[in-house]
Order: sequence, then structure tokens, then C-alpha cells
Amino acid sequence: MATYNLTVNEKSYTIDAAPDMPLLWAIRDLVGLKGTKFGCGMALCGACTVHLDGSPTRSCQIPLSILRPGQKITTIEGISKNVDHVIQKAWIEHQVPQCGYCQSGQIMSAVALLASNPNPSDEDIDTYLSGNICRCGTYPRIRKAIHAAARMAAAKG
Amino acid sequence: MTVISRRNFLKASGSATIGLWIGISMLDGCVTKKSVAGAKNFTPYILVDSDNNITIYNIKPELGQGTFQSIPSLIAEEFEVTLDAIKILNSNGEKVLGPHQSAGGSSSVRGSYNDLRKVGASAKEMFIAAAATKWGVNVSDCYAENGKVFNKSSHKSFTYGDLVEEASGLDVPKDPKLKDPKDFKILGKPVPRPDIPMKVGGTAQFGIDAAVPGMVYASVQRCPVIGGTLKSFDAADAMKVPGVLKVVEAERKVGKYSYVGVAVVADNYWAALKGRKALRIEWDTKGYEKFNSADYENKLRSLAEEDGLVDKQIGSVTSVHASSANTCEALYETPVAAHSTMEPINCTVHVQGDKVDLWTSTQVPSSVTGERDNNLPALIGHRPEDVTLHAAFVGGGFGRRLYLDFMVEAVNIAKQIDKPVKVIWTREDTTQFGPFRPMTFSKLKGSVSGEGKLISFEHKVISPSLHDSSSSAYDKTKIDGSMVEGIGAQDYEMPNLKTSFVLADYHVPVCAWRSVTSSTLAFAHECFIDELANKAKKDPFDFRMEMLTKSSDTKRVLQKLREASDWDTKLPAGKGRGVAQWLFFAGLCGQVVEVSYVQNKIKVDKVTAVIDLGTVVNPDTVKAQVEGAIIMALTAASKPGITLADGKVQQANFDTAPVLRINEAPPEINVIVLAEGEEKIKGVGEPGLPPFAPALGNAIFAATGKRIRKLPVDLTNI
Repeated sequence: MATYNLTVNEKSYTIDAAPDMPLLWAIRDLVGLKGTKFGCGMALCGACTVHLDGSPTRSCQIPLSILRPGQKITTIEGISKNVDHVIQKAWIEHQVPQCGYCQSGQIMSAVALLASNPNPSDEDIDTYLSGNICRCGTYPRIRKAIHAAARMAAAKG
Repeated sequence: MTVISRRNFLKASGSATIGLWIGISMLDGCVTKKSVAGAKNFTPYILVDSDNNITIYNIKPELGQGTFQSIPSLIAEEFEVTLDAIKILNSNGEKVLGPHQSAGGSSSVRGSYNDLRKVGASAKEMFIAAAATKWGVNVSDCYAENGKVFNKSSHKSFTYGDLVEEASGLDVPKDPKLKDPKDFKILGKPVPRPDIPMKVGGTAQFGIDAAVPGMVYASVQRCPVIGGTLKSFDAADAMKVPGVLKVVEAERKVGKYSYVGVAVVADNYWAALKGRKALRIEWDTKGYEKFNSADYENKLRSLAEEDGLVDKQIGSVTSVHASSANTCEALYETPVAAHSTMEPINCTVHVQGDKVDLWTSTQVPSSVTGERDNNLPALIGHRPEDVTLHAAFVGGGFGRRLYLDFMVEAVNIAKQIDKPVKVIWTREDTTQFGPFRPMTFSKLKGSVSGEGKLISFEHKVISPSLHDSSSSAYDKTKIDGSMVEGIGAQDYEMPNLKTSFVLADYHVPVCAWRSVTSSTLAFAHECFIDELANKAKKDPFDFRMEMLTKSSDTKRVLQKLREASDWDTKLPAGKGRGVAQWLFFAGLCGQVVEVSYVQNKIKVDKVTAVIDLGTVVNPDTVKAQVEGAIIMALTAASKPGITLADGKVQQANFDTAPVLRINEAPPEINVIVLAEGEEKIKGVGEPGLPPFAPALGNAIFAATGKRIRKLPVDLTNI
């Protein structure tokens, strides 16, 4: 066991955990933020995607021991104050989720895509989000929502 | 709109609240009522308190099919409240809400459409009557809108909250007047789903998100050889893992099968997983270690030569086949499939004496609390009144969460621990331990006349049986109707038809999977019709329409589909279109799939779907369901199924049991919703799935001349 200080969504948490515990379980069960989901445990489905210093990362593959002090962790709960990030707004406008379980991860990937590519093509979207599985098959709406979010962001300037 | 947890809701509704609540007995369709002043512990369909807080319960678990919007809307429409002015809570299998708290068989909306509208209409009439009395006017001088009752002449109004005390003293109208559909404000409209902001903000609570104070975690090692039993285990190394608290045996019952695994309980889930890896277990594999899928497929191929039990017979196929020069035969094969819900299977349980509390994602709350047969209380030996469900949003069901096996296992673990325990299946567990959709083979034989008309059609199903798996009382001399689903019930006019079933014994538990056996039988049936069209040298669409001379739902759907899919517009070489439709217990959908063929690869370019509903509650949700069903069907048609070697499931995580990814999803899916009257309501969640695989197979034939008779088909190598 070891003690870790995590900075999650700009708040600081002190937790005691095994050094090899994946960040996913620390976020869910020790920090208590349940929006980040367990899907596969092997970085195959993307349900556990969070941002580490802004980069989308599969939290199921990050043992606590490799986190650097002060590294900024952002989860779905931290990307906006009132569920009003352009990606979230577009997700609501296009009624993207069905069961919704994978959507935190989809959104975390989509937010990162727009940050790096403000006007992605369908092909860019397919490439960037191919690591996020949705069993309900919301993919057509994810594509539409990302285009809509890109337009919204461009209009805002 | 805010949605709050049940516990907070009960706190908030507190003792100062005067509640009116309206209930309905689903058994006799009669509306009944109880009003409670200051009650804390009750669950109404509708609750209105004196502060004008209005709550409506959703009695159909939300699995992604939109019931969190559609079901409360049935009540809200008639009650004259808008969805953004109410709280919606998921029900927990409470006895008072009736035994139909379940989602399966595409039945949620069509099973509730009239009953729940009556609940809303009765409540509205009570509030109007209360207001009329207060004003001393006739009820006909009042009307309700936006949660208020208005006086037509004085234009004064009361909120429902103002009227709670008076309304709760009234009798419930037995036969309330329902609205004319042309006056609907919510039903039939693409109203946004109130669960979506929660799912987009990460605050929707799924079963796996349960946080019960003092909770510990468990992971279970089950015998990798399906059918094996536990001989002995050594937990010494597991117990050395920091955080591991206890190692216990855990029995799981799946239909007629019972399995015992070894559960590692720890104060965190990671420690439970590490402890599980350190277990040393001896299994008795009982000879099942010799089982493999390739041999089993051969067994089904030889069973295909047997006669089987007759399901339906019209005319005499045998005499036609004997005399016809244009007869063909084919064997179609489909694999075992896993549901692969994104939310891994999980259940949190706290057993305190006789009392059992469960937090889980389930399709069947009423079975969990004992309102239906084969219920959880019976399986765990507790009284129904002692079992409490804390329901949640469901992270994918597809039939998997109709079953109680994982709850039985979790309860058996919790009985040995004096704390609440959360049992989480890994992805590998969720893939490997079933129950599964069974492997289904179809032997088909058909004849066409010299004029190119279908004159006989025979479909024999060779498969394990869902009923056989669910009960040891299954009578093998009788046909399991669920295994011949739809094949004798299409609208096609066939002068000679025979459907039959050959039971294949299987030791692996099987179960319903989205659209049940139609998910496989439609592939064989509708591809073989295409083969016969080819034999008759007819356009596949024309060939089908010639079997639909009388007016029927299928005829309407296909007519619409022909136009919507541009069927009669020629495609360039290297492209092809295929058509299929399927009518079954859940509903009716027709699809045209358009593919291109480049360098041995098939790409799905476009899918056009026409779904026939009669009445629609939310057209946007319907479209979403059909889009999703098509993508799920493409996974089932083109990705590896579940296979066993040496008795073990060979697939484990999403690398070996892949599901479709966004880069593989068709670029264009057009869904047309036919809703032409309220008399007949068809289902939504499943009908989009069965026609896809045959339409794809038929499109591949059109583009390549190759006939696909075995699924899955590798689209990267045709």
C-alpha cells in the first residue's frame, strides 16, 4: 500500500492503494467518481477514457505508481460545469446515447479530437474514435454530433 | 428536470408531504387508487405533493431503448404535464406497481400503451373534479393543462399541488376518457429523452455504480470447462494478497444448470482480481474437456438429415419436391453468440438475516422481487417481501439481463459475508460463461414452377432449445416454439409449406438474444427465398411481391421499401443490393442493403430500413433503435461467434470477441417509420435486427455471385 495525491477535475484527493491498482478503480472506488466506466480492463473498449494532462488515456492501463505528482486528471464529470461542453450539447441535440454506458468514454475521446482537430472529417472521426466501442450502435449519431459540435465551436469563435 | 435517487426522494418527500397516488392493477386493467397523507414508504405511478412536485415512475427498465422517456410519456400525455416539469424515477419491482416491470420481447410500449394512458387520464379527471368542487362549477367548465386546472369562464387556475387534499378524497374514475391522438403533445413527437443529459454528464447510475456504505468487492473463478464441477481449492496464496478478506464457494443457477465457482472477496476490486489469480483450484471436467465446436457443427449437419418434429404444414411439400424439376436445397449455419453488454455483468448484495437487498442492472425487476414465475426469491429461498431491488439504468441488456443467474451467485456470496458485496464479472467472464444465443442450423428445400412461382418451401431448424436449457422438465417429444419462431408465420402466400425442428442436445446454457431465434432463422429463410428467386430467374423483389397478392403489412412495408431504397435504379458493376424482411412476435421490418465489392472486400455502403409500427411514441427513438439493431446485426453477421475447444470458450475480451467499431459502421442508414394508425402496435427494439443479415447475404450475392450460407462471413475476404 502507498499513499497517492491525485488531482482530479482540479480537486485534490489523498488515497491509500496498491501501487499497481489501475487509475480506473482509484477514480471509481476511492475518489468516488462513477462516470468513468469499466468495460474491458485491456484498453480495448475505451469506456474508461480520461484525460491525463489533456491527453485521452485508458485509465484501466495506468497503474497509480506511474502517475507523476501534480498530473492533471480530467474525467467526464470535469469537462464542463453544467453538462454544456459543445460535445455534450451536440450529444444531447443528436440524442446520441442509448444505454449510455460507453458514452463517457466516447465523449472524452471526442473532446480530445476536437481539441486537436477543430473540423474533423468522417474519416478523422472514425480513426480517432475507433478505440471506443458502443454495443448499442450509436456510431452514426456520434459522427453527426461531432460535426455539429465542430460547427458550434466554430460559431463561438 | 432533475432526477433524484429513490432514497433522496423519500427523504425529500418527508413527513410534511401530503401525497396523492394513483395506481393501476395490471391484472384486470382496472385503475385503483390509494391516497396517503404523510406516508414515507410508498411507490406510486404518479405522486403529487402539496408543493406541486410531480413524480412519475418508469416501470420498464431503461436499457437504451428509451423507456425512461416513452413510458412516463404515456402517463404525462393524459395527465397534462410536460416531461421537464416532473421527476422520473425507475421502479424497483414493487408489488403495488404490478407484475409487468420488465423489458423484453419489444413489449414495453405496446404492452403499456392503453393501461398507462388510463392512469394519467384518471388522475387528471380527479384533479379536475376537485377543482370544480372548489369553484362550485361543473367539471365541463374546467380543463387541465401544464399541471394546472383552469376555470374556463373565470380563467382562474389551481396547480395540481393546490388540489392534492381534495383530489385524494375522490374515487378513481373507472373508465376515464382518453385523448384523441390528434391532440397529443408528447406522444408521436421526437421528444428529447430525459436520461440523456445524465448519460452525457456521467451521472446516470448503472448497477455497477452502486455505492453501498461498508461495501466489499468480489471476483469469481468459474470452471473454464463449461459443465465442470469444483473438486477442491487452496486459498492460501489468495489470502496473502493485501486486501483479500475471504474466499468462499459460490453457486450459480442458470435454468436447469448449476455451477459452483470460487469467489475472492476483498476490500477493493483490484485486490479481489489479484486474489483470484492466486487461487489454486482443481476442477472435475466430467468429460466436457473433450467438447469442441467443430465436432458439434458436424453433429448438427448429420441431424439435419433427420425428420424432426413438424411445426406447421400446408399442402404437401414432399409431393411437389418429388415432381418438380426446379428444386433446390441448402444448409444454412449460424454461430453461438454472446450478448457482450458494455456494462459487464455485476450485482451488489447485502444480506441481513432474512432481508436481501440487491443493487443491479436488470431487465426484470418484477422477477427479482417475486411477482413472476422463476423468480429470485424462490431461487434463493427467501420470501418475496424480504427481497428489495434498487434498480438502475442498464448498460445494455439484449436479453442477457432477463436472467437471474448472476444475482443468485452474488446472493450466495453475500450470505457468507457480513457486509454488502459487489460482484463484478470481468469482460472475459461476461464473454465466456453464457448463457448464449444457441448455434442454429437450417435445412431448406424449395421448388419453383415453370412460370417462376414458388410452389413449395420447407424449413427445418436444427438447434439446441431455449426451453430445454431453462428447465429439466422440458418434454423433448414436443416442439419448442421459440426455436421455429417466425418461419411458419410470414405473410408470403405459399401453397405448400412445411416447418420442423430437430433438437440438438447441448450442455451449454442458451438463452434469448436480441430478436431471439429470428436473429438467425431470418438469415436462412430470406436468403433461401433469394436462391429460389434466382432459380426462377426473377428479380428478388418481384419474386417476393408475387407471393404477396393479398393486402398485408409485409406487402405495405415492401412497397415502401422498394421506393425508399431506389431498388429499381441500376447500380454499377461491383455493387449490389439485397432485400429481406421479417415478421415475428416483436414486429416487422424490411431492409435493403447496398454493398460494394472491391479487391475481395465487401463494404456496406447503405442500409434502408422500413419498420412498421402502427402507433409510434417517439419516432426519433425508433430510428435510433433500428440504427443500433442494424449495427448489432452486422457484428453478428461478420465477427467471430463463440466457439468451444477442449470444453472452453475460446473468445475472451474484445480482441477475440470483437464487436463493430465506428470505422466499420455503414456510412448511411436510412430508417423509415410507418405509423398508420393506433389499432395495432408493433415492437421497436428487436425488429430491426433479423432482416439485416439476409439482406446483406443477398446483396453479396448480387455483387459477387457468391452465396453466403454460413455466418459469420469475413467481409474482408469474400
